[in-house]
Amino acid sequence: MSLLAARVAEAALAARPAGAVGLVWLAVALPLAGFVVNGALAILRPRAKTVVSVVGTGVLVAAFAVAVAVFLEVRRAAPEHPVIVTLWPWLHAGDLKVDLAFQVDQLSTLMLLVVTGVGGLIHLYSVGYMGADPGYARYFAYLNLFVAFMLLLVLGASFPVLFIGWEGVGLCSYLLISFWFTDQQNADAGKKAFLVNRVGDFGFLIAMFLLWHTVGSLDLATVLDRAPAALGTETATWITLFLLLGCIGKSAQIPLYIWLPDAMAGPTPVSALIHAATMVTAGVYLVARTGVLFALAPASSLVAAAVGALTALFAATIGLRQYDIKKVLAYSTVSQLGYMFLGVGAGAYAAGMFHLVTHAFFKALLFLGAGSVIHALQHAYHATGASEDPQDMRNMGGLAGRLPVTYRFMVIGTLAIAGLPPLSGFFSKDEILAAAFARGADQPVYYLLYAMGLAAAFLTAVYMARLVVMTFLGTTRVGEAERSKLHEAPASMTGPVVALGVLSAVGGLLNLPAGIAWGPALERWLHPVTRAALELRPLAPPGGTTAALLVAAAVAAGVLGLVVGYRATSRERILPARLAPPETGFARVLYRKYFVDEIYQALIVRPVVWLSERVLWRTVDQAIVDGVFVHGGVWLAHRVGRLGSRLQNGQVGVYVILFLVGALWVLYAVAG
Amino acid sequence: MLLGPALALSAILFSIGVAGVIIRRNAIVLFMCIELMLNAVNLAFVALAQLYGVAGWVIVFFVMTVAAAEAAVGLAIILAVFRHNQSIDLQNVNLLHG
Amino acid sequence: MTELVFYLFAAVAVLSAAMCILQRSPVAALIWLVQTMLALAAIFVLLAAEFIGVIQVLVYAGAIMVLFLFIIMLLNLGGRRTTDIRGPAGIGAAVVVVGLLLVELGALWAYTPARLTREVAAAAGPLEAATAFSGGRAVLEETARRGVVGAVAEPLFRTYLVPFELTSILLLVAIVGAVVLAKRSV
Repeated sequence: MSLLAARVAEAALAARPAGAVGLVWLAVALPLAGFVVNGALAILRPRAKTVVSVVGTGVLVAAFAVAVAVFLEVRRAAPEHPVIVTLWPWLHAGDLKVDLAFQVDQLSTLMLLVVTGVGGLIHLYSVGYMGADPGYARYFAYLNLFVAFMLLLVLGASFPVLFIGWEGVGLCSYLLISFWFTDQQNADAGKKAFLVNRVGDFGFLIAMFLLWHTVGSLDLATVLDRAPAALGTETATWITLFLLLGCIGKSAQIPLYIWLPDAMAGPTPVSALIHAATMVTAGVYLVARTGVLFALAPASSLVAAAVGALTALFAATIGLRQYDIKKVLAYSTVSQLGYMFLGVGAGAYAAGMFHLVTHAFFKALLFLGAGSVIHALQHAYHATGASEDPQDMRNMGGLAGRLPVTYRFMVIGTLAIAGLPPLSGFFSKDEILAAAFARGADQPVYYLLYAMGLAAAFLTAVYMARLVVMTFLGTTRVGEAERSKLHEAPASMTGPVVALGVLSAVGGLLNLPAGIAWGPALERWLHPVTRAALELRPLAPPGGTTAALLVAAAVAAGVLGLVVGYRATSRERILPARLAPPETGFARVLYRKYFVDEIYQALIVRPVVWLSERVLWRTVDQAIVDGVFVHGGVWLAHRVGRLGSRLQNGQVGVYVILFLVGALWVLYAVAG
Repeated sequence: MLLGPALALSAILFSIGVAGVIIRRNAIVLFMCIELMLNAVNLAFVALAQLYGVAGWVIVFFVMTVAAAEAAVGLAIILAVFRHNQSIDLQNVNLLHG
Repeated sequence: MTELVFYLFAAVAVLSAAMCILQRSPVAALIWLVQTMLALAAIFVLLAAEFIGVIQVLVYAGAIMVLFLFIIMLLNLGGRRTTDIRGPAGIGAAVVVVGLLLVELGALWAYTPARLTREVAAAAGPLEAATAFSGGRAVLEETARRGVVGAVAEPLFRTYLVPFELTSILLLVAIVGAVVLAKRSV
């Protein structure tokens, strides 16, 4: 153990790029160390709360400090090409040379800041939220491990290193979703997430194999350099389609989004961090990172954009009729991820990344706010001994007075996600829609995708307004006994909520439209990274009047949605969950999420299980491998042995005969 | 010189001896068939002595001596087996059965 | 004339051998075997090996077969009880083996002296061929000079002295072995 640490330190201090960039490995090492410490504490001293809190949150804060240092360095140096920080050689086999190396450029720095920053806030929130949980140390251990893997993913300089992070975050997602694994449903949800992700990982692997085969390297910089010359359109299309499969799994798009709503079984901060701000955005990051490849294959870009737009609309419709507050936010995440894919699919990589950042802010805010509400209700139910569902919005209502801070900032988050100016969501969503519309000039089908995006924006505003009204406004449906027990969350929880609220509000300043103040700062920041892709597939931004109309349309959709949502929900007669009548008609279809899970179960899961049980297990394994080969081998050996032993029956007469036969044989051989 | 027919006779007697060894179960009769085989071989040697000289007779001399020794020891063994099994049926002599 | 006598005794020998292996009673089988040996002794004499013929009668038929008879009597094995001829499988095996054996040995019989001489001549030369089989003539001369016994005795006590002495040790071992094995308790 100490030998490993010494070796790591030595490798780190060896030839490194000077300055903060050389220390970027600390950003990964610190959360990893946190995992080790918290993991040890989880096993040895599970009740050591203070140490765990300090270590768990402290490493994130330190990692954020490293991220800021790296950011400042990169800003000062403004490299045109990524800076590679190599730790040690990893895979050296024949022509394949993959090192454990990090790639520091504008894109990875951006992700680094988002992950450590938002992650740090959520760690702080978790101190309050998970304070009473017996698995506290284990929780922070897993959370730290997750951050380590996520940073490995965004900082990886080659596909295999990225893939380690990719798989690692999948693992941590599984561990954290089934954190309360004693409940079968939670365990199942974790399994579902992992298995569905696996389908995507298969695509990622195939893409890696194809890249190695065609380009001859797996280092990101080398691949993106060589790709335009080495890959034809068809090859590039295949590679990017397989990569897209990976992204679809990881970022919960159609048809592999089914794990995300179920993932809400995990603790709410986990939902905020992993299933809103970071892990699910890995797919978007990957597309942005390999933008050159996608630019070489317009067909796959179209697929990405189409899947994104369709998912955005589809998930938004489901969100209209969900009653679990976290499920609404889950489908909202799926929908917003669709937006990001629409953006990067259309070729506006900076716009997609911008939405990634703003979404991290306001989605994390919304989740943490929901967490505060759930926490308050849980506390109240615990005090009175009730067994209601603390996550069902039908059991909420009128909480604005009791949780004022949470309420106000949830409203900010809602307005942000609905795209109201001047909040961050407005800028990012509008950029994506503008990009989609602009791409329509090359490929008219993008106009349809634009329309779908606009419709999704409208629906987003509707269901978010519904959420706010159901949760915070109107007459409360919380029981009499519980009402007095409700109180605002502690400072450790409201602090991050406030911070994220501020970021959601002002986040739009990162990338203002051209002509206003400093203009598109984020786009300029990412330019060295996206330049190659943009040169291959340029995107002309829409002109002045068109741009203004698009903005107006987006804002109108948002405002209209909020109004419609507010009025419809206010007028609706909502009963507490246990009294609520079952859904009917199309509302039922939406509530049951278009029965997609049931369809998958019938079409995919049941046949596969049947195949494994009947064919592979009973027939191949039991009958053939066990029966024919193992038992059969035994039977054969036994039979042959028995046959052979008949020669040795001790009868002299038989021996004489055998002897004679042998003698005859010799005679024949000698005499011919 | 009756070399050919003598050798033929030797072969026939030898074959009959072999047949007897295979067929018979009684240990002593089996032994007698072995003696028959030895006699056939003696005949062959004597016949060939007409060609190759006195060596043939000398060998026959030794064969008879060894046959006598062998008969003595073999019959002693059969006696011992009989005392153990109360029968000299070779079907029962199968302790090496495996 | 000699040939006719030879064939007569040969027929007797074969017939007796066949009867020997097919008899149920061990004593009867023994008697038939003695008959075979006597016929063989006659043939030995015909082949100018008188000494061998005589010791065949004296030693083989006279001593060894009597020993067999003693043992049969000792074990009280006389009489016709259940057949001790193995079943049809055994007889089938015998037929097959014997058939094969006859074929093999028949091939050896094809080596007549004329053919042997021819082959030696072809391999080594006419001089070798002429002298290769001269041993038989030498034997006849020796017999004429020293008598039947002397013709055997000289090589026995000269050229083959060592095997002769070893044979005596062999006989000693056989005696001791027979005594030990046949004791009731060692």
